[in-house]
Amino acid sequence: MDNERIDRIIDKHQGEASSLIQVLLEIQSEYHWLPKEALERVSEKLQVPLTRIQHIATFYKAFSLVPKGRHEVHICVGTACHVRGAERVLDKVQDLTGIKPGETDLDLKFSLETVNCLGCCALGPVMEIDGKTHGKLSTAITEDVLKNYD
Amino acid sequence: MNEILLKIDGKEVKAREGMTVLEAASNAGVSIPTLCHHEKLMPFGGCRLCIVEAESGGWTKLVVSCVYPVEKNLIVRTRSEKVDRIRKTLLELLLAHAPNSPKLQDLAQEYGADKNRFEKEVSFCIHCGLCVRYCNEVKKLNAVGFVDRGIKKEISFIPEIASKECNNCKECFQLCPTSYLHAAFVLTEALAFPGNLQ
Repeated sequence: MDNERIDRIIDKHQGEASSLIQVLLEIQSEYHWLPKEALERVSEKLQVPLTRIQHIATFYKAFSLVPKGRHEVHICVGTACHVRGAERVLDKVQDLTGIKPGETDLDLKFSLETVNCLGCCALGPVMEIDGKTHGKLSTAITEDVLKNYD
Repeated sequence: MNEILLKIDGKEVKAREGMTVLEAASNAGVSIPTLCHHEKLMPFGGCRLCIVEAESGGWTKLVVSCVYPVEKNLIVRTRSEKVDRIRKTLLELLLAHAPNSPKLQDLAQEYGADKNRFEKEVSFCIHCGLCVRYCNEVKKLNAVGFVDRGIKKEISFIPEIASKECNNCKECFQLCPTSYLHAAFVLTEALAFPGNLQ
């Protein structure tokens, strides 16, 4: 945790309290979580009470108060993906990474999450890694896709 | 300031523009039950218990009086079959969270609410936000805030601030309708700064 990186993010938004969520989003994407020290720094610099930051950081799913992996894996288990075999994809990913939905592995490589629809049901079963969509998955393709991340 | 005339429970009431129906009613001596209202705090509209029927232009709607501004010729009914039924259900839902709160029990008696109607889900906090808002708006200390959302929403003290400020203040304790706040504070104290316990 270095204050310089946090300060740079805050300064980019001219230290405006109204940019709080943007600042938090940038810290989240740089560190993959919101460390307590970072929140304290943001609170001090933007003049926003820590209670308010805490409320926002726990309200939105985009924020995490615990360290997340470098790659965020979202597996769709919505109706269309479900009938096309999302369960098998999920099992495969759990097997390969050793983590369940909501968890992060010890190397901080992957965080796994299930979602209810990614909006492209025709591609089901769908998995999204760091915002990139991988569609029409089989267990074999899933394995190949995961191998490309380190 | 413009004066506005409205009718509350058949009484002619004068109010200033920008006032809420709840304020106008209490000025006129009409009492409306509330849980999340506090005169020093901004209206919150959290508990919905101050719901009333408001008629204007021939239309009647249900509004939450603590956040509904007065308007000309508005006819307000603070007790009606419908209003009472809604308050009763609200109380029953709140009682599932805090079955032993004296404040809730008194109101339950008045409205005939059955505290066993809904399955108990004892969280004690009913999210009235009095402590959170009092700490923020009046004391400006921000020692306690909300975390999470929906059914997981709860109050949470910031230990670093609470350890410094709360023992000299504790003004929010008496505001809590369920005493859960006190429990949450003692728990924070025990976990984060037990050295202060004498």
